[in-house]
Amino acid sequence: MSFENYFYWVIVPILAVSVILVFVRFLKGPSMADRVIALDMLFLVSICIIAIFSMLFDQSTFLDIAMLFALIAFFSTTVYAYYIEQKNKR
Amino acid sequence: MKEVIIMICSTVGALFILSTSVAMLRQPDVYLRISVTAKASTLGVGMILLAAAIYFEAFPVVSRILAIIVFIFLTVTIAGHMLAKAAYITNIPVWKGTKIDELAGKYDPETHVLYSESPDKNPAKLDKKPDGKLE
Repeated sequence: MSFENYFYWVIVPILAVSVILVFVRFLKGPSMADRVIALDMLFLVSICIIAIFSMLFDQSTFLDIAMLFALIAFFSTTVYAYYIEQKNKR
Repeated sequence: MKEVIIMICSTVGALFILSTSVAMLRQPDVYLRISVTAKASTLGVGMILLAAAIYFEAFPVVSRILAIIVFIFLTVTIAGHMLAKAAYITNIPVWKGTKIDELAGKYDPETHVLYSESPDKNPAKLDKKPDGKLE
């Protein structure tokens, strides 16, 4: 089995299934913190998918987008945590 | 040989990501979900990015990937801590199987200040229960 076929038939479906599972938690989540941590997890899985596709297409510039996604994940999670904390403050 | 190492690294990383996402669906509590995300997903992302570093093996790409890995290892834990603190302050219920809750009653519900002991022992907060209701 060649390198590209292994990625196409094993790694990418595993990551796709994990995206679906995390997105179910994103839709179900009873509180807002559940949705925020599911969004953080979606960003992390998307970083993995970007790394896999940068190997598949042999384009190392895709990894800049992965770095950007890591930044966005951190800032969005901290800002949402600050918002949840300050929302009900009297 | 290089391809085999890349396949092993990416498979381990993808399986860690899959186990993390199954745990996101099956854990009974916000805090356990945050804990799972902070632990397993850093290893999964790290393994897959390590596979990409082995694949490209050029100095600019490898340094960029190492920067991403260090950034994720630093920030996921910080973000998880901030989110768990915010969830605890807003009284999201803890799972009923939790044995020890050492933070119970130690946050002031109005000013969100952490005391080292329960606010009941603090003279200024003597008339408040830990959940913020007046007695």
